[in-house]
Amino acid sequence: MSVMFILIGCSFLLAIGFLGAFIWSVRSGQMDDDYTPSVRILFDDIKPKTETTNTTNNKSTTDTN
Amino acid sequence: MTKQAEIVKQKVSCFHCGDQCVTQTNHDDHTFCCVGCKNVYELLSSNNLCSYYDIENTPGVTQRNPVLASAFAYLDDEKVAQQLLQYCDDKIAKVTFFIPTMHCSSCIWLLENLYKINPHVSLAKVNFLKKELHISFNPKETGLRQIVTLLSSLGYEPAISLNDLEKNVKKDENRKLSYQIGVAGFCFGNIMLISFPEYFGLDTFTKGSFSKLFGYINLVLSLPVFFFSAQDYFKAAWGGIKKKFISIDVPLALGILVMFTRSTYEVISGHGIGWFDTHAGLVFFLLIGKWFQQKTFDTLSFERDYKSYFPVAVTVIKDKQEITVPVTALAIGDRIKIRNNELIPADSILLNGDAQVDFSFVTGESDPVKKVVGEIIYAGGRQKGATIELEVSKKVSQSYLTQLWNNETFAKNATSSIQSFQQVVSKYFTIALLIVAFGSAAFWLMVNPSLSLNAFTAVLIIACPCALALSSPFALGTAMRVLGRNKFYIKSPAVVEQMAHMDTMVFDKTGTLTQPSASSIVYYGQPLTVNQLQIIAAVVSQSIHPLSQKIKTYLGTQNTPAVTAYTETAGKGIEAEVNGVKVLVGSRSFVGADVHNNANNLATRVYIKINQKLIGYFEMEQGYRKGLNEVLSQLNPNFKQYLLSGDNDKERNNLKVYFKHDENMLFNQTPADKLNFIQNLQQQHKKVVMIGDGLNDAGALKAAHVGISVTENTAHFSPASDVIMDAEVFSNFPKYFGFAKNTLKVIHISFIISLIYNIVGLSFAVQGTLSPLFAAVLMPISSVTVIAFTTLTTTFFAKKGGLQ
Repeated sequence: MSVMFILIGCSFLLAIGFLGAFIWSVRSGQMDDDYTPSVRILFDDIKPKTETTNTTNNKSTTDTN
Repeated sequence: MTKQAEIVKQKVSCFHCGDQCVTQTNHDDHTFCCVGCKNVYELLSSNNLCSYYDIENTPGVTQRNPVLASAFAYLDDEKVAQQLLQYCDDKIAKVTFFIPTMHCSSCIWLLENLYKINPHVSLAKVNFLKKELHISFNPKETGLRQIVTLLSSLGYEPAISLNDLEKNVKKDENRKLSYQIGVAGFCFGNIMLISFPEYFGLDTFTKGSFSKLFGYINLVLSLPVFFFSAQDYFKAAWGGIKKKFISIDVPLALGILVMFTRSTYEVISGHGIGWFDTHAGLVFFLLIGKWFQQKTFDTLSFERDYKSYFPVAVTVIKDKQEITVPVTALAIGDRIKIRNNELIPADSILLNGDAQVDFSFVTGESDPVKKVVGEIIYAGGRQKGATIELEVSKKVSQSYLTQLWNNETFAKNATSSIQSFQQVVSKYFTIALLIVAFGSAAFWLMVNPSLSLNAFTAVLIIACPCALALSSPFALGTAMRVLGRNKFYIKSPAVVEQMAHMDTMVFDKTGTLTQPSASSIVYYGQPLTVNQLQIIAAVVSQSIHPLSQKIKTYLGTQNTPAVTAYTETAGKGIEAEVNGVKVLVGSRSFVGADVHNNANNLATRVYIKINQKLIGYFEMEQGYRKGLNEVLSQLNPNFKQYLLSGDNDKERNNLKVYFKHDENMLFNQTPADKLNFIQNLQQQHKKVVMIGDGLNDAGALKAAHVGISVTENTAHFSPASDVIMDAEVFSNFPKYFGFAKNTLKVIHISFIISLIYNIVGLSFAVQGTLSPLFAAVLMPISSVTVIAFTTLTTTFFAKKGGLQ
């Protein structure tokens, strides 16, 4: 049964890791704004500027939307 | 009539802002309502930022009234810039702006891509709920003024006010609670896990070899809970005792302390494993309750005073040169220049220019008031139209309006005189608890002294009023969210409970009972010919009566024929002759109209008679809010109602219908009068609600038990208050107070439930037979049932009360 001591130790290390992750997330401000990131993630990358005019560019994207 | 038809004909909307295009400007196959909108489009398209228009349709903010670039000259001032910047060194400067016009995901996208337009911006990050934009930039290459000018040219003008210069950083408070919850949750979970073998008697298999180790692990895990997570309860309890005031924190702190010390003793002495799991669980649940209660409405600010609306700097003319001076440094006798849409920061005398001043910040009425040269213009007005020059006659802090904030009401911190139910109960609860604890200790001292200390500590542990402490936060917190969904935003949950006790309501008139400049005009009767229209326009343009002025603006024709004979009877109407046609314009009795008398008594009508024939009438909604009648009559049985108005009493008769007696309506009230009126009512032990909207109500709102400010746009303006109410839900107003009463009922019932749990637990504790397992089961069960009960019933009452 002495293997239990190692297992308990491992489980604590793991748990402390998660606690550390939580503290880090609070410290880095992830809990301060719970709305904007949900919008930000949906933005596409900006398409590189092509020779075609912007208007045609716009139309094609509006259609796909 | 013809005018409406004209407008409906063309329905082209601006590609940028979505407004209807009256005059069209075309570019790249798109239509724009004005040059300003087109310029924004060009700027974006030249920077390859046209995705702005793909994310949302017509996301822009109209550019028809662009801000002058010179308006931001004050940002070049080293001192002002230093105060606005959060951080600044050679390479990087950081600043946060509040941007009220931010409204959709396109806004977020464009603002965060600001570096594409100004490459010296290294980071732009939006917090949408707070409408904040955090910017880092290179101070050597670009400046605050350039950034603000760029933002405002895109339609995102940051709101920079006097208040921003006084820095207040209070971010860490919220984060500390997050850490405390995290730590408590971590320890609670692990202690529970470690305690399982003991609960199920599994340790008999291992012959007790783990028992001792597990006890010590629990002890170690409890240390951070006791010293870090629970520290605020000890501080609060101690702070209360020092002020001779017993709050709910006292029995809580006592319970936590006893639980921890007795468990520590038991583990070290090898008697058992103690109550560490209950201890950690209790603290965890309590903190969750605190967090639930603390969550507030981020976008709204409840603490605004005049400083939040006054500009940072103003243009002063000195030796024929224009210089920018911080408003705090304005001296009496300074000559200031106020441009279109700028705010007049101090009481001053008009020197020259055409002053049309919009006092909506002050009174709530946004129809501009015309001022003539030599007249005093009070601070807080906003100039509309041409540039004017004024001479400052009082310092900013000593102005008619701003000196209100020197009143002592603003000096003291808002602690309400009404005790909450929890405060009242916890006093008696603590006393009863101590009596039971000492009683059982004394009893066992006589019967079986070895059990005495056991019984004493067990009572304090089991009676720790966790469920009781959670009932108020969850009921009030839920109520606050429900009201928030119904556009009735509350500063703190405690206000809900206050609302349940109120018995007197004081209303402001302008902007609160009336809608700002909503006075719409509708014409009823025979369709007017062009000729008739011109005749009426000619007649009304002769008169300076406000109603005539409104009709004149409504008709808006230019080629008016000459008026030959003209007599105006004050308060009745006009008799005139135009091109030989006799015209009567005025009240029903004046015109001699014998027409239907339907019930809308809040509307004012102006009748028209041409050539002895009644043609029709103009009906002017006086701009009273929709449903005012119902609101006031629903409130009538439960509340005594008063009216306080800064205006003259020309509306007295219209309002008498609601407020019954003349003494309930006070007119010509100064801001200080309003404040005194509220304080007088309070001295008569009335529980007063003040409903207002402008800065002139700020004193009364602050003094009242519950101050409610009504606003057309929650992002824009509201003076400091307990509640910010969106004007569109004005008709729901009485429901909110009914709901608050029901919420208080929920708190009462949940108190009884938690008391039952306590009595059951106590009946074991006094016998000295409280097992850790029993406590570990009872505490979470009682907490969870109380949380579930309060949340569900509060939501139920909200549905029943017709709220969303």
